This record gives sequence, C-alpha cells and structure tokens, in this order.
Amino acid sequence: MLDARGQIRRLPGVRLWLSGGWLALLVLAAIFAPLISPHDPLAQDLFAGRLPPVWEQGSDPAFLLGTDSLGRDVLSRMLYGARLALIVALVAGTLTCLIGATLGLIAGFFRGWADLIISRLIDIWMAFPPVLFAILLIAVIGTGLTSVIVAIVVIDWTRFARVVRAEAMSQGAMDYVASAQVAGRGRLGTAMTEILPNVLPTIVALLTLEMGIAIIVEAILSFVNLSISTDQPTWGGMIAEGRASIYQAWWVLVFPLFTLFLTVLSFSQFGEGLKEHFDPVLR
Amino acid sequence: MSFLSIRDLNVSLANGAPLLRRVSLDVAAGEVRALVGESGAGKSMIGKAVLGILPRAAKVTGGSIQLDGEDLETLSPKARRQRIGARVALIPQDPLTALNPSRRVGPQITDRLVDILGWKRAEAEARALELLEEVHIQAPDRVMKAYPHELSGGMRQRILIASAFAAEPKLIIADEPTTALDVTVQKQILKLIREMQQRHGTALLFVTHDLGVVSKIAQSLTVLYAGKVIEETDIKAFFAGPSHAYSRALLAATPKYTDPDGSLTPVPDSVIQAVEAEIAAFDAGQMGTVRA
Ligand SMILES: Nc1ncnc2c1ncn2[C@@H]1O[C@H](COP(=O)(O)OP(=O)(O)OP(=O)(O)O)[C@@H](O)[C@H]1O
Ligand SMILES: [Mg+2]
Repeated sequence: MLDARGQIRRLPGVRLWLSGGWLALLVLAAIFAPLISPHDPLAQDLFAGRLPPVWEQGSDPAFLLGTDSLGRDVLSRMLYGARLALIVALVAGTLTCLIGATLGLIAGFFRGWADLIISRLIDIWMAFPPVLFAILLIAVIGTGLTSVIVAIVVIDWTRFARVVRAEAMSQGAMDYVASAQVAGRGRLGTAMTEILPNVLPTIVALLTLEMGIAIIVEAILSFVNLSISTDQPTWGGMIAEGRASIYQAWWVLVFPLFTLFLTVLSFSQFGEGLKEHFDPVLR
Repeated sequence: MSFLSIRDLNVSLANGAPLLRRVSLDVAAGEVRALVGESGAGKSMIGKAVLGILPRAAKVTGGSIQLDGEDLETLSPKARRQRIGARVALIPQDPLTALNPSRRVGPQITDRLVDILGWKRAEAEARALELLEEVHIQAPDRVMKAYPHELSGGMRQRILIASAFAAEPKLIIADEPTTALDVTVQKQILKLIREMQQRHGTALLFVTHDLGVVSKIAQSLTVLYAGKVIEETDIKAFFAGPSHAYSRALLAATPKYTDPDGSLTPVPDSVIQAVEAEIAAFDAGQMGTVRA
C-alpha cells in the first residue's frame, strides 16, 4: 500500500557536487594556507613586480598566478584571502541566520505584540540601502573583523526574519499545528516540532545564500578600505588594488574576482541543492 | 449526565459579528451525535471552541463548555490542554494538511501518548503498530517510518483515525472526515470510523453536511443554521419528520439511499427567508438583553 513515491531517492545532483566540491576545496585551502602557499602573502619584491601568470610571456614559474605591483604573490594572497572570506561567511552568516530566523519564527508563529514590534522593525530596516548602511555603521564603530561581522548581521537579519515569518505564518494555519495543540503540545513545543522542521530547508538555503552575501559585503568593504587592516590579504582588497593596474596586470584583478564570483555562486547553489535534498516533499 | 455539555455558547469575531448564537449541545458517553448544517454554518467553530483552537479572530463571548462535569473555561490554559489531550481527539477534514509533511508518521501518532500520558517511546510505538493494524493498514512498521507524502489520501485518513483513537479518548470530534476523499474511499473510511467507535465505545461528534451519512452512523442530531441551533432531536424522530421547516427542507434536499435518482427539491427561498428572519429576531433579542 506504500506507493512508489517512497522509493524515489534522487541522487544529490550535479550542482550539489560541483558547488560542494568547490567549497570543500576552498575550506582546505583556507585551513592549509600556511602550508601550501608558495610565498609569504605579505612579502614584497619590487624587482618581481607585475609578473604575469606562468602561461604568459615573461613569467616566473615561482609565481604561478603572477605578482601584483608590489611583487606579492597573487596565489598566496588569494589563499590567505580565502581564510578571511570563510571566517566572515561562517561567523556572520550563522549569526545573521540565528538572530533573523529566531525573530521571524517568534513573529510568525506567536504573533501578537511581538509580531507587531518585529514587523515594524523589519519595515524600518528595509527602508535603508544596505551597503550604505554598512559603510555608515563601520565608519561609526571602526574597522576590523568584528566590526565587519557586526555590520553584516545588523544589515541582513531582516532577510531571514521576513522569509521565516511568512513561512511560519502559513505553517501555523495548517491542521497539523492545530492537531498538535489538541494533543496537548505547548506553544513552544509546537513551534519546535511542527513549525521549525518545515521551515528548516528554507533556512538552510537562506543561510548559505547569506554566507555568499557576507563575502560580497566584506569584499565591498575591503574595496572601499573599510574592512580589516590593509596589510591583511583579502579578496576585496586585491580587487581594489588590481583595479588600478587593470591594463598592465589584469591577473591581479581577475583571479580574485573570479574566485569571489565562483564562491558566492557555489554558496547559493549549495543551499538550493541542500534544500531540495532535505525537503521530504521536494525530494 | 452527558460527557460533553455545551451551554449557550457564544462565539464572535473581534468586530462583534456573531459566529455561534447561544449554542447548546450535548454528547452522552458512547453516543454518536451528528452535527449538520450548510457550509459556513459554524459546525467547525463548535469543534474548535471545544478543542480550544479557535482562530485568532474568534473569541468565546459567553456560555460554558463542560467536559465530564468540569467547566473548561475555569481551567488554566495548560490544564485545559492536558484535559483535552487526554480525553478528546480530532479527526480532521483534510488528511493532506493534517499530517506534518516533514515528520515521519510514527512519531506523529505516538506524540500524544508520550507527551500527555507519559508513556515510554517503545510502548507508544508498539501501541501505534497495533492501532495501524486495527485500521487495516498493511506493513504498519513501514508506514510508521514513511513520510506523509508517500501515502495516499485514504491511508493518511486511516492514520489520522488510528492517531485519534490512540490515547483512548472519551470523545472524538470528526470534522467532515470523508469530504476530501473519493466516493469509494469515503465508504470505507466511514465504515472504519463506525467500527472503531463501536469497539472502543467512544462518543463521537460527527460533523457533516450529508444527511445520508447521518442515518448510517448517528443516534442523535443537531441542525445548525448561521451559528444557531435550529433543531435538536434523535435520529428516528428526525427521519420520521423534523419539526422545523428548515430541517424538513434539508431532508427533502438529500438524496435517499433507497431512491438515489428520485426527485430532489432544493431548500425553497421562503424557508430560507423564514429562518433568516428567525436569526434576525434572535439577534434583536440578544441586543435587548445586553442593553437591559
Ligand atoms: N479564521 C477566521 N476568521 C474569521 N472568520 C472565520 C474564520 N474561520 C471561519 N470563519 C467564519 O466562521 C463561520 C463559520 O465557519 P465554520 O468553518 O465553522 O463553518 P462550517 O460550518 O464548518 O462550514 P464548512 O462546511 O464549509 O466546513 C463562517 O461564516 C466563516 O466565514
Ligand atoms: Mg468546517
């Protein structure tokens, strides 16, 4: 009597593998950056400035992806840059998710005055242009890793709150929520067992998306020189520096930009893939 | 002494619009009472008021609901949930939205046994297996591990029935439990509910708009119109000849099992106007008592 739908087990799919593979590679690169970096990312060598990547004329095989105008190794800087990008992605993404999703769940399921306050806050927040908001915030609280993370959490919690609130509201109207209450579950218990599991796939997808966004925001802040201290290699910082010499040394700009793009894309694709994989109905 | 006793229950929306108008209704222990009325009459509202799951917009504004002689309104919300959870269960209308899609079926049946009755998980699971067999589900151990979307509508409704009987409640409220199913499955499910009800001796408040079903399952019947009780009688008397003109018209508008193709008369406008006038007069009277 169990019909065939139960037997369907789709393979994780190409996009989950590709995006997950890239992210795994990145995590390894970040962890082992000191071991695998061919050079010190900060070491300058003015005589080896603007060396092109190895497959171009006039390159030095010691610098696989070339050097920037100060003679620093692009590959080594990108590897160290991955550390910062991933720390920001993980910490800022997770914090944003925890805060935003919790507020969204409270507003959407418990409703009442809590919802009134949270919804108004979201409305007010949405009125600010986010990047400007972040720049303003950093200008006030100062630069540094913590400030960047705080800025991302502060500007982006509404993304989670809005979506989770809407989903919790529609879940709350379902009969199984009423049934759980009839069966004696308290409000909190109902929220945890009936609502949260249904919203979780969406939260996971949003979380990975947010990690990508966190990397972009960090890059933007680096670009306008408002992120971590300038001598730490970051992708955004490299892009900013590479922009100045785009016609003489395109590789300084292109490699970190492409890595950034690939990483952000991978995060969002990974999230969508996970959502599909874990949602029992979509699966 | 009836098990469920509703007295003069008023439920209204926040803006004051009445949804239930001084509804009184009794269900004796082991009795099957049908609650009929057209769509929007407030049948589900009565069930929801008893179960304490009224929508946010609706509030109880008067009257009392007694369960086994105990007034529910005097209990704390937690005590009330406990009381309801242990003694009353619901078979909902739509088996599609009544099971949580992201949880396996097993825990959804055993929740109540563990939460309210404090059973051990293993005991509760053994009981759930027994119940699934009782509602004629094959391979119950596999069904326990399945997600709801892997099961057909009829299967889900069987599961919900098993779940409703799990804690041996004294009263089950079945809110149009067969309307979402196709005709052949409807018959099976109805038979199953009846069989289970008789075996367990559970009282049943059976909400429906199908008088044909009523004759097969219920001993007594309450007719509701616009949130007001129009008629309250036992089944034999009702089918012999209802006393209210609206009930008579309703009965005339129902296909007979003996003569399914026989001519049907829709409820005439004159009857609707009369009953609407009755409701208006009642509302005017209510206003008077409030002002006085
Ligand atoms: N969430 C709600 N907010 C406001 N009004 C509601 C809400 N739910 C139901 N109502 C109103 O309450 C009245 C009674 O609804 P109820 O669901 O009890 O009808 P019913 O008799 O069960 O009908 P049906 O046979 O269609 O299930 C209807 O007029 C409906 O419009
Ligand atoms: Mg209804």
